[in-house]
Amino acid sequence: MDILQLLVSGIANGCIYGLLALGFVLIYKASEAVNFAQGDMMMLGAFLGVTFINASYADLPFLIGITLAALLLGLFGYLLDRFVLRAIFGQPQFAMVILTIALGFLIRFVAGVIWGHDPTSLETPFVGQVWMLGELMIPVVDAVIILTTVGLTSILYFFFARTRLGVAMQASSQNQMAAYYMGIPVKRINAIVWALSGVVAAIAGVLFAAKGAVEPSVGLLFGIKAFAAAVIGGLGSLPGALLGGLLVGIVEPFAGRYLPEVGQIAPYLLMLVVLVLRPGGLFAQISQKKV
Amino acid sequence: MSNRFKSRYDDDINLFEGRWHLAQYALLIALLLAAPWLLGVYYLGELTAVLIWSLAGLGLMLISGHTGQVSLGHAAFMAIGAFTNLALMMRGWHFIPALLASAVTSGVLGAIISRPILRMSGIYLAIATLALSIIIEDLSILAEPITGGVAGLFAPPIDLFGLTIDRYSSPKAFYYLCLTVLVIVTLGYLNLLRSASGRSFLAVRDSEVSARALGVNVTRAKTLSFALSCAMTGLAGALYAHLAQAVNYESFLVLISITLLLQVVIGGLGSVHGAFFGAIVVVLLPQSIAMLRDFLNNTAGISIAAYPGMDTALFALLILLMVIYEPRGLYGVWFKVRTWLQLFPLYRKGMFRRTRTYLKTERQR
Repeated sequence: MDILQLLVSGIANGCIYGLLALGFVLIYKASEAVNFAQGDMMMLGAFLGVTFINASYADLPFLIGITLAALLLGLFGYLLDRFVLRAIFGQPQFAMVILTIALGFLIRFVAGVIWGHDPTSLETPFVGQVWMLGELMIPVVDAVIILTTVGLTSILYFFFARTRLGVAMQASSQNQMAAYYMGIPVKRINAIVWALSGVVAAIAGVLFAAKGAVEPSVGLLFGIKAFAAAVIGGLGSLPGALLGGLLVGIVEPFAGRYLPEVGQIAPYLLMLVVLVLRPGGLFAQISQKKV
Repeated sequence: MSNRFKSRYDDDINLFEGRWHLAQYALLIALLLAAPWLLGVYYLGELTAVLIWSLAGLGLMLISGHTGQVSLGHAAFMAIGAFTNLALMMRGWHFIPALLASAVTSGVLGAIISRPILRMSGIYLAIATLALSIIIEDLSILAEPITGGVAGLFAPPIDLFGLTIDRYSSPKAFYYLCLTVLVIVTLGYLNLLRSASGRSFLAVRDSEVSARALGVNVTRAKTLSFALSCAMTGLAGALYAHLAQAVNYESFLVLISITLLLQVVIGGLGSVHGAFFGAIVVVLLPQSIAMLRDFLNNTAGISIAAYPGMDTALFALLILLMVIYEPRGLYGVWFKVRTWLQLFPLYRKGMFRRTRTYLKTERQR
């Protein structure tokens, strides 16, 4: 029973990692850039959620608050790409890594100035409620997180596999120049995908704040862990991101319980093992160039 | 003045292009040697910090700037170097063998780690090295017999040629020690870059496929570069331990790894100068911000002291502008200024205009 209980909380945590990893994968799929500020965007989303929903701020209903937060962060992502990231359009991936690391620092600073450095929790309608499944306790928060994640992942999966826009995004990442020749507006595609990843980050952030507490520096390590999850799954694969997130989420509580010395670093060890065995992640999308 | 007629092949790879070039560096060295008499004790300490971070930056520059493998985990090797040095000195080793041992240990560990890790590329490599840095952070608590656990280790004074060198009681001697190590490593680095190995590193950076086609052993080049890079960073770590006087797991956090990479980028990837420029910015920026703050407080009455993390944010903003407007970093700025001076009336606008580029996919390499 203990093990099952750990598993439930691990899966719920893993879903948040998975959601954040989805944000990474979205951007990677469409522009092959890696957004090291994704964790900080999640933090921003969480704070927006807190601002809209908590009684001490705007005190809006939960669903309206989460929608507003998602839209606002989506707009933020769009503007970010339009006015900052477009300046280095077409440059190597590495430039984007550095740029987003710097952006993360800035976002963290601004959030600290606006919301302060005390951990804040989100007030949800289902706080403290629990479903009993035999002896197994399932907090309603965890159930909501799991359902949202599964739903969002399937929607995005079909978006990329089936819709015109999704396929255009994949094309523009695989070969930017060829995508131009085919008439795809690559720059607009990039902006749209950044907006989309902002929306996903906001949802992840709101769920994160519902389960724990959020403060400005939370994004850095959480983002790195989620990135590890995305890499375990093989960057560029949506189901892979979810699987990686779940693996990281499940490994963490179990390692903390049974191997307390390595509890903190278990996700990274897992990632290194996966990468050493399969350098491109579980669902690898890297291939050797044929000359 | 820069019109040189090349009559031998050696002219292409000479360390110094001519007498004038040599004289410039002689002047720089003379200034650095005279620095203890020109600066106060506090600023001498800052200058020593610049030297040490330059050394660490040189290490990262070799693997990231000249071999093209981005590492986000070099603080791990600083930690290895620092702990090796202090642990050996506490067991009665002399400083110099302990310093060499810390370079060798970080180099060998780097070579061992590089074998599995360098099979990855690009972003995968960056995240793997980042994970390595986080793991080492935890290991330095777990390996208590060597690292002193949570409390860490304290640096004993250095005995060298009958002198007792200590950061506080004899800052000049410590400064000269760091300067000597840095000059030796820099000369070695420049020599490496013009040797066959060094040029094979550049070939791997520019295109792995073409390097392989030209007969470069890519795995060997990467491993060698990573090992040497780790050794240099380990040296810097050992000196840093003596500068900070005490190290524990908190001395080499992931943030240090990230800052080190940002330092190299701000300086200019792929140039030896860049490592130095970057170190100057990283060490002196907090100072300048503090001074600016005092100035604003005193003259305009604007108080910006209320916001914690201000200097990190300004540093980040600087990086942001640098990546957008001058991807070659401070070295790029310096290079443009130098060219303008050298060509004086003949400089044309748009000489350094960047050509339009498209993203090349990393999924095929």
